[in-house]
Amino acid sequence: MTGRAAPTLAPSQNWFARLLRVREVSLVALLLIVTLGTAAINPLFLSFGSLKDLFLNVAIIALVVVGETIILLMKHVDLSVSSVVGLSAFLSGSLFVAFPGLPLPLAFVFGLLLGAVLGSVNGLLVAYGKVPALVATLGTLYVFRGVTYAVVHGGQINASNLPPAFLGFATGSVLGIPNLVLLVLVVMLGFGIYLGNYRGGREYYALGSNAEAAVLAGINVKRRTMIGFALSGAIAGLAGVLYLARFGTVDATAGTGLELQVIAAAVVGGVSINGGVGTLFGAGVGALLLGVMGSALVTLRAPGFYQQAIQGALLLAAISFDMLASRSAARRAAKGRQS
Amino acid sequence: MTETPTSTPPLLTLSHASKAFGPVQALSDVSIELFPGEAHALLGENGAGKSTFVKILAGVHRRDSGALQVGGQDANFHSPGEATAAGIAIIYQEPTLFPDLSVAENVLMGRQPLAGLGRIDRATMRQQVAKILSELGVNLDPARRVRGLSIADQQLVEIAKALSLNANILIMDEPTAALTLSETERLFKVVRSLRARGAAVLFITHRLEEVFAECQRVTIMRDGMWVSSGPIAEYDTDKVVRQMVGRDLGELYPHGEAQLGEVALSVRGLTQPGVFRNISFEVRRGEIVGLAGLVGAGRSEVARAIFGIDPREAGEVKVNGHVLTPLSPQTTMAAGLGLVPEDRRQQGLVMDMSIERNANLAILNRLRKGWLMDRAAEADNARQWTEKLRLKAHSLSDPASSLSGGNQQKVVLAKWLATNPSVLIVDEPTRGIDVGAKAEVHRTLSELAASGLAVLMISSDLPEVLGMAGRILVMREGELVGEVSRAQASEEAVMYLATGQHKRQEGAA
Repeated sequence: MTGRAAPTLAPSQNWFARLLRVREVSLVALLLIVTLGTAAINPLFLSFGSLKDLFLNVAIIALVVVGETIILLMKHVDLSVSSVVGLSAFLSGSLFVAFPGLPLPLAFVFGLLLGAVLGSVNGLLVAYGKVPALVATLGTLYVFRGVTYAVVHGGQINASNLPPAFLGFATGSVLGIPNLVLLVLVVMLGFGIYLGNYRGGREYYALGSNAEAAVLAGINVKRRTMIGFALSGAIAGLAGVLYLARFGTVDATAGTGLELQVIAAAVVGGVSINGGVGTLFGAGVGALLLGVMGSALVTLRAPGFYQQAIQGALLLAAISFDMLASRSAARRAAKGRQS
Repeated sequence: MTETPTSTPPLLTLSHASKAFGPVQALSDVSIELFPGEAHALLGENGAGKSTFVKILAGVHRRDSGALQVGGQDANFHSPGEATAAGIAIIYQEPTLFPDLSVAENVLMGRQPLAGLGRIDRATMRQQVAKILSELGVNLDPARRVRGLSIADQQLVEIAKALSLNANILIMDEPTAALTLSETERLFKVVRSLRARGAAVLFITHRLEEVFAECQRVTIMRDGMWVSSGPIAEYDTDKVVRQMVGRDLGELYPHGEAQLGEVALSVRGLTQPGVFRNISFEVRRGEIVGLAGLVGAGRSEVARAIFGIDPREAGEVKVNGHVLTPLSPQTTMAAGLGLVPEDRRQQGLVMDMSIERNANLAILNRLRKGWLMDRAAEADNARQWTEKLRLKAHSLSDPASSLSGGNQQKVVLAKWLATNPSVLIVDEPTRGIDVGAKAEVHRTLSELAASGLAVLMISSDLPEVLGMAGRILVMREGELVGEVSRAQASEEAVMYLATGQHKRQEGAA
């Protein structure tokens, strides 16, 4: 690795923190290797248009990853995000069909609110109903999707039904950076700062690290869990509106399967499935890495099924890495205690 | 310290507190006063009600009656948060911290110092915690993650948290049980500095030498009741042990006179570094041998190592002359050894499964017919053993969770007896079981011994060990420190050995 910072630190101190840093460093390194390697074979991979496509493809996943990371930090999981994206995409499209003159910001607000309501259903089930998040959100994954089918009723939203200004938002850019990517970056940055530097944000880490200690520290665990799921839903709802803006055509299957890509991205990016560990920066890099891998395989004309296999292999590698890291950390700690 | 307790008002007064859980009176009429600058020891046997007492002060349980005053004001805690706000901090034996967060964040969670725009000021946070830690004379990096810290260091983080909350009453629940000698010394140094600032420290401990060295006053409890309180000068080891123990053995312990047969279980030089050392003993057929000692002395660990669940580095275990392979419960069971574990709900039973299935779990292989289970043989086996143990159940198809504690224990016994063991290790067989059911379990055990089974009984309930066992082995801090025969056995004798006070048992180790 290139960034071996501060070798003067005592080896036992900050060992784990350093390892995590290495984790993010190694992800970025892997990202560079894949990108440059592919570019060496096919220089077009680094062309402006190709990169722009890549970022646009990753943007929506990366946005949903923000909410999922909050949930994973609390040692929960939210499987319903893909259905929230689908329902929000279709309903905001219907809204434009019904009110063609609708101001754009209102559409975003609508997506956010709808998502927050759907997320709150998960929150109620998990925080107050004590339903394990895996089961609760698996249930709502199907329920929300079912509602979408009922509402869509075989129809679909077409780009021709949508106001040009709305579609223009997705294709528009500032200084060459697509609006969509900018918006996602702003959300990621905002939540990154919130999770790292605000009392409320740190509570998500505390809760996932040791829920019992969180209660003793005076954290309102139920409320925090509730807010976390509402946020995850709201972010997925916003992602649904952006999905509509980007693709223009939406039917009842929009977003299907997204939830697993999102969880995979977060875990590859170092967010622990056991809660309490991970950063949005890492999760974002994870999403980017999976996206780059996908495009690289397309560029290299590899058969499509390799893409899924490689995504899976990356996920396994990431989880094995975490297990090995925590095991060797525990061994070191035990050794330190004996001496 | 030097001032007499009566000259300063107490920081905390709890008077005539009682607490019942359903029909069980856990605490009745208990009083205590804590004065600024004192270390106060709360002593009592396992089950004397110390934990309930602490939980009342911590706001976890609410007392049924009695009065609590903190700092001269009446207090009624509805939650742990209210006790904390009143200046009471509890340091549990196993600290509850956030392993993935830094020491500084653990200390100041929810109260982190803020910079502009509500952002956490990390530099100030670390400085504040570093200051508290250095006042305690502790060398810990506030930026370090808690994961990997020793229990001793984690306790210090808890103490730092208490100080950051301006707690002036610290309650420590067996803080030294898991500490090494030097860690213990460091903890007491911290305690002395806390006392110097006028805080009161309430210690719950089993180590009497610590009480006499570090504490100014002592309160003794027994069976949920207050026995006595006073300055430590008025006590000596004899008096403390007598007051902790003093009670009559009832007819709770039927004891069939069994014929002792050949050696069934022989353990030689069993060692696992850091857990237990050089454990050697024998158990004969027809004999019940008690294994006594304080919680944490390593008794269950020895049992688990004998059975082959936990590793052992050295030593040999023989059952009926056959040497057992370490770490192989299957061969251990085949050799004729059974282990009734300490926690029957977690380790002994599958609570949601039927009584019949639970009773058959250990011999599934014998109840097969080809590749399928033989339902008739299953029903037969379960009926045979539950009848023998006089199990009280509506139907054997009811889930194990529907049974009372005593009957659950019988199902666990039935499961092991079905394997035709020659040696049975029972770990805390009557914990959490009411008195009537206790007598039933005891009767069962002594009948089994009379029929030629060798029984090793681990129990923290001293009267039980004394009443049941023919011989009592005593462990302290991972070592077998003595053996007391039934004739010489008294609670005092065992407690002296278990706590390391040898005044009356010279050379017993």
